[in-house]
Amino acid sequence: MIEIQDIHKSFGSLEVLKGVSLNVEKGEVVSVIGGSGSGKSTMLMCINGLEKIQRGRILVDGTDVHARNTDLNKLRRKIGIVFQQWNAFPHLTVLENVMLAPRKVLGRSRQDAEAVAVQRLTDVGLAEKLKVYPSKLSGGQQQRMAIARALAMEPDYMLFDEVTSALDPQLVGEVLDTLRMLSSKGMTMIVVTHEIAFAREVSDRVAFFHQGRIHEIGSPEHVIGNPQQPETIAFLKSVL
Amino acid sequence: MFSYTFHWRAAFQALPQMLAGAVVTLEIAVLSMIIGIVCGIFLALASGSHSKILRGAAAVWIETARNTPALLQIYMAYFGLGSLGIHINSFAALLAGIAFNNAGYLAETFRGGLRGVPETQARAARSLGMTAPQAFRIIVLPQMMRIVFYPLTNQMVWAVLMTSLGVIVGLDNDLTGVTQNLNVLTFRTFEFFTIAAGFYYVIAKIITLSARALGWRLFRY
Ligand SMILES: Nc1ncnc2c1ncn2[C@@H]1O[C@H](COP(=O)(O)OP(=O)(O)OP(=O)(O)O)[C@@H](O)[C@H]1O
Ligand SMILES: [Mg+2]
Repeated sequence: MIEIQDIHKSFGSLEVLKGVSLNVEKGEVVSVIGGSGSGKSTMLMCINGLEKIQRGRILVDGTDVHARNTDLNKLRRKIGIVFQQWNAFPHLTVLENVMLAPRKVLGRSRQDAEAVAVQRLTDVGLAEKLKVYPSKLSGGQQQRMAIARALAMEPDYMLFDEVTSALDPQLVGEVLDTLRMLSSKGMTMIVVTHEIAFAREVSDRVAFFHQGRIHEIGSPEHVIGNPQQPETIAFLKSVL
Repeated sequence: MFSYTFHWRAAFQALPQMLAGAVVTLEIAVLSMIIGIVCGIFLALASGSHSKILRGAAAVWIETARNTPALLQIYMAYFGLGSLGIHINSFAALLAGIAFNNAGYLAETFRGGLRGVPETQARAARSLGMTAPQAFRIIVLPQMMRIVFYPLTNQMVWAVLMTSLGVIVGLDNDLTGVTQNLNVLTFRTFEFFTIAAGFYYVIAKIITLSARALGWRLFRY
């Protein structure tokens, strides 16, 4: 379970998160929507300790992410994250990209790591591309590779940061299919997305971010289908 | 006008000796590059670190290496350290001097190379549970090496040519040292130095061409 308790985060004098609280239960899919600059990416970075916080705390399975004595490298093994920008390792083949962390971080043997990697890449439809360098992949394929890479660590949680926002429209579907597959397998996920229809379809809950706070949260029917706050209504109008 | 007559036969007889000298030259150049690359990476990291002391120390090294003659740097390694009671032989002094110089130049090259690797790469690596040193070694460093590969090759050629400064600290078994000895014995200055120049040229060319071939193999992405 991920427990976010009243976190505050500033970059210099810019306060980006102004008291965000959110609990995500095992098996739950929470979508996060909201305008550009509202702090969605920053929150994901805070969850696996890539960014520090100034106030509040985040517990992952009871472990305080930002406590001094927390082994972040160990904690990160159970939190997969896929970023907004491409971040394939360009100097490694697709297979090597996916095998790398299981070998170097989990200490798996080459054979074990390769077997898992091939399996994960097959799951996301990249079985034909094992020996290829990422530069030869389309944006959608790169993003699916990044998902397979995170999944190869067998994480308990997956965080997605607008994984479709830099994609051509015809490539969005294939990546969303991958996320659907994960949610149907019961993966616990936080999905930051601009795809409102998708959020409505896969989420157990939807959180609307506005100016560093969760402005409205609830079931998709509630937040997307029948929003109460004027800001939520305005935002949905602007993206639909 | 030409009172000098060429005597190539004597010069060609000395070829094996000069070849042995060329091997020593290459040895010093290769070692100085290995040391220079390692130190250069640490200097590049130090000059980007938060510690004022590290940044300052790196700046002194880099500034000195780049803005004073290599000859003086080698001289200082031999006589300067000697006057401090640290006596090293001429081979070590030349090696230290060139490595110092290499590190200074390469640090600047690496600094640029590091800027060329997006920060998101290290972040993606850390998010997979890699430690900071792992992320640097496995993800950032190889990508930086691709960016700096050609400047690195130039520095290697430069290192080979700098080894000729070994004569000033009394090195006599590298290519220039051997040539100088032969010259003193026979006074066939022009012949020996022409052949020596030929050796340097060939070494430099071999480095450039094999680096190109290596680059093709290493950086296929
Ligand atoms: N490393 C940083 N240094 C300084 N400011 C930052 C940094 N990262 C983010 N910010 C600022 O924090 C604010 C929130 O950024 P964040 O990326 O979390 O927004 P977002 O909700 O993900 O937006 P988008 O939908 O555009 O991705 C923005 O104003 C951004 O400029
Ligand atoms: Mg964002």
